[in-house]
Amino acid sequence: MRSTGLWAEMYGTVFLLALRSIRRHLLRSFLTVLGIVIGVAAVVTMVTLGNATTAAVQNQISSLGTNILQIRPGQGFGRGGGGPRPPNFDMDDVRAIEQQIAGVKAVAPQVQTSGTAIFEGANWSTTINGTSSAYFQVQPWPLASGRSFLSSEEQAGKAVCIIGNTVHQNLFRGGEAIGQRFRVKGISCDVIGILSTRGQAGFGGDQDDVVIMPIKTVQRRFTGNQDVSVILVGVDDAYSTTQVQASITDLLRERRKIGEGKEDNFNIFDTKQISDTLTSTTTLMTRIMAAVAAISLIVGGIGIMNIMLVSVTERTREIGIRLAIGAVSREVLMQFLVEAVVLSCLGGLIGLLLAQIAIALLSPLMQVPWTFDAQINIIAFVISAVIGVVFGYFPARRAANLNPIDALRHE
Amino acid sequence: MTEPLIRLRGITKSYGEGANSFQALRGVDMDIMKGDFVAVMGASGSGKSTTMNILGCLDVPSGGEYLFRGHHVEELNRDQRALLRRKYFGFVFQGFNLLARTSAMENVELPLLYRGDAKTERRRAAMEALDRVGLKEWWDHTPAELSGGQQQRVAIARAIVTRPEVLLADEPTGNLDSARSREIMELLSDFNRNGITVLMVTHEPEMAAFARTVVHFRDGVIERIDSNAQHGAVG
Ligand SMILES: Nc1ncnc2c1ncn2[C@@H]1O[C@H](COP(=O)(O)OP(=O)(O)OP(=O)(O)O)[C@@H](O)[C@H]1O
Ligand SMILES: [Mg+2]
Repeated sequence: MRSTGLWAEMYGTVFLLALRSIRRHLLRSFLTVLGIVIGVAAVVTMVTLGNATTAAVQNQISSLGTNILQIRPGQGFGRGGGGPRPPNFDMDDVRAIEQQIAGVKAVAPQVQTSGTAIFEGANWSTTINGTSSAYFQVQPWPLASGRSFLSSEEQAGKAVCIIGNTVHQNLFRGGEAIGQRFRVKGISCDVIGILSTRGQAGFGGDQDDVVIMPIKTVQRRFTGNQDVSVILVGVDDAYSTTQVQASITDLLRERRKIGEGKEDNFNIFDTKQISDTLTSTTTLMTRIMAAVAAISLIVGGIGIMNIMLVSVTERTREIGIRLAIGAVSREVLMQFLVEAVVLSCLGGLIGLLLAQIAIALLSPLMQVPWTFDAQINIIAFVISAVIGVVFGYFPARRAANLNPIDALRHE
Repeated sequence: MTEPLIRLRGITKSYGEGANSFQALRGVDMDIMKGDFVAVMGASGSGKSTTMNILGCLDVPSGGEYLFRGHHVEELNRDQRALLRRKYFGFVFQGFNLLARTSAMENVELPLLYRGDAKTERRRAAMEALDRVGLKEWWDHTPAELSGGQQQRVAIARAIVTRPEVLLADEPTGNLDSARSREIMELLSDFNRNGITVLMVTHEPEMAAFARTVVHFRDGVIERIDSNAQHGAVG
């Protein structure tokens, strides 16, 4: 009897009807969908930024390299205060680890200081990192050009250096640097290599703002002692980092003469472990925030239900007329359901728009790149449509079940 | 004798429950032939509107039988009755009951929409119906922009736009002066001459005179049925 074309047209009409009734009460409609708008905006913003943060953290840590143990004096992040400063390490510790621990791929000592580099009138204050060529075996950080230290240079403590990209840009304006000589902290230093770009570190600023020299040079010329403040250990892929960590702990306790039952005066970080912990923390945070935001979606749904009930009551007479004229229940049901869904979808769309603005504003503040997560946008939109169906159904049902006579009599 | 279009047998209707229950209809028997023009009269509260609502399948009787074209209406469910209304009945309600803020054209189109007619067809039929009631020029006016008589004519256009078998009008001239009322009655007579069965509730004998049959209600039953002898002369 009816062709599908007519059905499509009929639902097109129902859709237009819904739009018209929304337009008629524009302010009310907007207030109604505010809950959905905020809910969708919050969910999308939270999840997008949360995922971006997790990705950024993972990215940073994997740029540091996995399977790396970082050994520092002291008792970890939280326990700095009180008591005498625990002693630094020295090159003997480094050699001991290298020679006595199984599964160690490379061991790099590290000592840091800071100073101002001067080249042809350009000044740039930067971090000076003293280490050995093993530094580049421990972690994946290729040179953009030039070469690493020769062992003769390391042994002699020669004033040669490898510069990070930021130093290259600021001191040499990005121009020819290898073979040039610049001054830093009162010595002249030959540039032998330029590092590839590594990017921002999560907590410690620009990783490319660095000048790397042989550790002996830094010790002799700048720090004036034999101390090594950090030891980086690259663990062979075939070995477990936990096991290597345990052996190093035993070795260092013995070398540092820590008695039975006393606490370590050094700590060993497993970058993979940190990565896992941070990732699971940020993921959990994302989920919690998304859940909180989802609650406002449900509140938004209740708002829609509320206003649809009001609308059904207001329009009882209209419903009576439609029923009397021959509308079947389902048609009246559809009319109000479509109205609720159109409302909630509009709310969802506005929410998505707001979310993009919020993400654009917040991502620079949170130091994560701007991202558009299509999946969460689609999911949030579908959820807002589903909320329209779920919370619109009850009022629509009520409209469809009205008795035509009573509805016509309604004042 | 041919089968009547509408046959009521022992129709009762009570409102409310138990002690508060009120019997609005107490056994109504009525036969209406196809093409008839019936006026329903009676005191206020005598059950005229209740009967009309049952006849138009808007309401269900509490007891008795209602046969429409030989089918038992009292056995149909809600949606089946809606489909019956859609197909065979046109209504003019007590009070105009047009959709507010909606043009005359759209009001008239409404029944066609539910019947599933295509847009161009709806427009054409609605325009034709508005033309029949003399409101062709007013098609884009909303009820608020129309006089009472015009609103009633829009309501009539909406009732006849589907070319119904039966036109039910509950006090179609209730709110109008006698000149406007006569115009409406002329319209109804005209439809009746074109084969539509018309049932109309009225308080005014002058209007009832347009009908062929006059049914008098009293306290929920039919008191008497008169035939207007002169009707044949008019029609
Ligand atoms: N929904 C209802 N609930 C309770 N009582 C009702 C209801 N509808 C009608 N009645 C009662 O039924 C009786 C018949 O009502 P009905 O509307 O049929 O009268 P009527 O003859 O059309 O009167 P009027 O000329 O005033 O329109 C009245 O006494 C009315 O109070
Ligand atoms: Mg009445």
